[in-house]
Amino acid sequence: MAQDLYRRPAPGQHPPHRVDAYKSTPNRSPRKPAVVLPQTLSEITGPLLRGERLGAEENDLTRQRMGPPLGERIVVHGRVLDEDGKPVPDALVEIWQCNAAGRYHHPGDQHYAPLDPNFHGGGRARADSDGAYQFVTIKPGAYPWKNHHNAWRPAHIHFSLFGPAFATRLITQMYFPNDPLLAIDPIYNSVPEAARPRLQAAFDLGATRPEWALAYRFDIVLRGRNATPMEDEHG
Amino acid sequence: MADGLTPSQTIGPFYWGTLVSSCRADLAPAGVAGERIELALTLHDAEGVLISDGLLEIWQANSHGRYNHPEDRRNLPLDPGFEGFGRASTDATGTARFATVRPGPVPWPQGGMQAPHINISVFARGVLNRLATRLYFDGDPALAGDPVLKLVDPARRSTLLAKRDAEGVWRLPIHIGGAHETVFFDS
Ligand SMILES: [Fe+2]
Repeated sequence: MAQDLYRRPAPGQHPPHRVDAYKSTPNRSPRKPAVVLPQTLSEITGPLLRGERLGAEENDLTRQRMGPPLGERIVVHGRVLDEDGKPVPDALVEIWQCNAAGRYHHPGDQHYAPLDPNFHGGGRARADSDGAYQFVTIKPGAYPWKNHHNAWRPAHIHFSLFGPAFATRLITQMYFPNDPLLAIDPIYNSVPEAARPRLQAAFDLGATRPEWALAYRFDIVLRGRNATPMEDEHG
Repeated sequence: MADGLTPSQTIGPFYWGTLVSSCRADLAPAGVAGERIELALTLHDAEGVLISDGLLEIWQANSHGRYNHPEDRRNLPLDPGFEGFGRASTDATGTARFATVRPGPVPWPQGGMQAPHINISVFARGVLNRLATRLYFDGDPALAGDPVLKLVDPARRSTLLAKRDAEGVWRLPIHIGGAHETVFFDS
């Protein structure tokens, strides 16, 4: 039996598929256990999207429109790492978020809060050889949703990462520290308790830009590789 | 920050228009080798209701069975302009469409080959973890010997088989739960 290239996640790191407090999940979760598949070439390869040319403004969400958006300007930066702390170089990082008033530039978002013509809320960055990425954006607002009476999402930024393989694909959300809404959010709390802090960015005084923007650090950890005594031969 | 993996969270309903590359449905520009195919993947919830706010991604080998990735070190041709990655939102009918080429077979680690297939990632509001499945081509003689299908309960294998409709489109319903629940893979 060939060894898997990527380690299987230890239990207690990801949410279960079904979390009854998050009311969209019961009808949108598999009932049957997943079929465990040895990692083949199909799983250990994946889109690297190295041919995607990123425009100069793609990682600065405050400079994509005619003028600066309203809201508190922030720097969000960090590193894309694997479980062994090794950088994932050149990783494509995609983000999207609502504006400072808590509304998405999306036709389905009917929250009674203003749209900001200067903020669309989508960005991309390419991590460097050390896995480091950076965005400039504005702090997203909290917004209500219809999950239950008086339900509000804590401020968050959606993150999408491919990593090196189909097996490492991850979509997640970054939250801000000390947000009182975290304690009552079914999506944040879908994650096992010990793992929840990994979804919170850290306030990063050292990376703030004086007279310009506060900074938050959010490191993203993707699946690590199994230790291999020699290089596998695939095929 | 703590040690360990970054946990998964739902894509939510509002990625469209803000996730920059939210559409990349035509994978194979002119000149890419292979049989042109169209795919229509339709997403259903556990009660059969169409999911119109999902995002589907596909990842596949080219017509020679070669993945455009450094981990695929075999001496097979790469097609310029064909990465093998597609991404499309589901529409009001729960359907995401792709135009691509039929992939070639790829090896099985313990020897032999896997039947041609397309790897699929499913994301949607209410889906907390990426769901991974595969599309195989109904009628392909290679299905009988496919080592992955052998791991699947025979009664459920048909959930992975796309069927060609009268217009020649390969259609695959994907059911997240319910009586026809799709087989999802954990790798
Ligand atoms: Fe959101």
